[in-house]
Amino acid sequence: MTCLIVEIENLTKIYESKLRVVALDGIDLELKQGEIFGLLGPNGAGKTTTISIATTRSLPTSGRVHIAGIDVVEHPAHARRHIGVVPQFNTLDRSLTVYENLYFHCRYFGFGHGQAKARSLELLDQFMLTERKKMYPGQLSGGLAQRVQIARAIAHRPTVLFLDEPSAGLDPQSRMAMWAAVTELRKEGITVLLTTHYMEEADQLSDRLAIIDYGRVLALGPPQMLKNSFGARTIFDLKLKIHEGLEPVVAGLKARPDVASVEITPDGLRVIARNTDGVLPDIVVAAVRFGLRDLTITEPSLETVFIQLTGRDLRE
Amino acid sequence: MNSEPEIRGQGSEISRPSGGENGRGSRIFLKPFLGLFLRDLRVLGRELAPFILRVGMQPLLFLFVFTFILPRMGSGNPMAVGGAVDFGTILLPGLMAVAIMFSGIAAVALPLSSEFGITREIDDRVMCPLPLWAVALEKVCFSALQSIMGALLVIPMAYYIPAHPVVAHVHNWFLLALVLVLASLLAGSLGLVIGSRVAPKHIGLVFSIIVVPITFLGCVYYPWAQLDKIRWLQFAVLFNPIVYMSEGLRASVTPGVAHMPWWAILVALVFFTAALGRWGLKGFVGRVLS
Repeated sequence: MTCLIVEIENLTKIYESKLRVVALDGIDLELKQGEIFGLLGPNGAGKTTTISIATTRSLPTSGRVHIAGIDVVEHPAHARRHIGVVPQFNTLDRSLTVYENLYFHCRYFGFGHGQAKARSLELLDQFMLTERKKMYPGQLSGGLAQRVQIARAIAHRPTVLFLDEPSAGLDPQSRMAMWAAVTELRKEGITVLLTTHYMEEADQLSDRLAIIDYGRVLALGPPQMLKNSFGARTIFDLKLKIHEGLEPVVAGLKARPDVASVEITPDGLRVIARNTDGVLPDIVVAAVRFGLRDLTITEPSLETVFIQLTGRDLRE
Repeated sequence: MNSEPEIRGQGSEISRPSGGENGRGSRIFLKPFLGLFLRDLRVLGRELAPFILRVGMQPLLFLFVFTFILPRMGSGNPMAVGGAVDFGTILLPGLMAVAIMFSGIAAVALPLSSEFGITREIDDRVMCPLPLWAVALEKVCFSALQSIMGALLVIPMAYYIPAHPVVAHVHNWFLLALVLVLASLLAGSLGLVIGSRVAPKHIGLVFSIIVVPITFLGCVYYPWAQLDKIRWLQFAVLFNPIVYMSEGLRASVTPGVAHMPWWAILVALVFFTAALGRWGLKGFVGRVLS
């Protein structure tokens, strides 16, 4: 039987200040035991707010979050027993060594001395940190610090691990190592919720993912399914010098069976094609008359899914 | 009434909470609390020498200058009050109070300020399976331990340094213990208020405009009773919690010097600890939760 580890129901968060900001506008999510779930969206989409509420660091305006069946607003201290968090920033205890960071984290969660020591040594080994156990966080590189943070977050054997933008600020090599570490967690049966604005990361790591923007879930499902239903399309972005008189071109391209949609953008034209064969030359021929300056082709990916759903680029 | 949440998950590792957040089931919070305390002990143990220097330097110099150098200069002690009583005897409880207060601020306000600010270390600490108020309470309790150590450190200095012997006489050890503990908790609570309610960039300013004035006007260098010649000031300083720390220690360590009645001191210490503690805890929780 699959059981739900994280249940987020109609979650809203509104910041009432001079400017009223709706950070979350009714988010519903359910995470099953053992899955790696990605929350993909641009900066400001509501990813971190969702994690903050689920990890008891922020109070929702309305809605509920249950972690392992425990309401995080009603019983935050109990819920925290089930939660592991790797925040966006390095929050390692700078006064303690790597080993002590793990050891005392275990003590915070009620482990006895022997248990805490054994668990810390086991984690040092698992995360290949044994040689660095006496180093202080200030002496570690970004990638290593991130590894210690992941080790620390799972030290008390949480039911669910939250990773907030885990690869932010990491070099490509450290990022790959971090991905490997997260994938390894699958063996331990830990449920993982990670937020990211990197398409590749969401695609590589997640069993299922939710694309969110403006505090709402736009699409939800396994990455492949999302790509099949929304994004098995290639996007051609054209930069044109002349923007007048494009309508006949739009109509002409729209009439083709292999073109899904065509729209006029501030830079020129965006063509979303069902397949690429034969479309490219025709697009170029049509666009040359309008002073074609640049052409960007985005192959089918989560990026194209995102563009389809929101009409804008993830990195904009 | 049972307010336990419904357990919807079925995983074997999912444990049923044994009580609410407040009070009931508080035994399960004991171990995390102890864990935080052990962590702080570890860090203090590693930095014992800087700790002793930080806490001991001010009373050491104070005693050296005012009770060793000045009396030997022959011109009489310019800070002697009341003639009959030696300045060292007046200074001992006052300096213990200052050590308590500075330890409290150094142990809570300064670390909290940086943990909330640049280092964000607080983010992990508040993810302990403890109510947030208990995380703040641990800080106050640990700072109290440091304050007591700081206060006790002053005693050997006051014994060896002054040119004229300090007349100390503890006739009520229970009162001394009670005053030490209450004064230390009060200092920690004050530290919590400053650490959680003052923006990190203003911490230095707070020292100049709050900490230094309340020390100088805290009956540290003179007994409260001697302020009777300046009635308005004698009344005004009653709002200063440091006064009760100094007077409480005066009542228990150097009872020969005029001091406030012990019951008034205890009532005031409890009142200020409760008021500042509450304000500080609320500030802490407000700072952590967004």
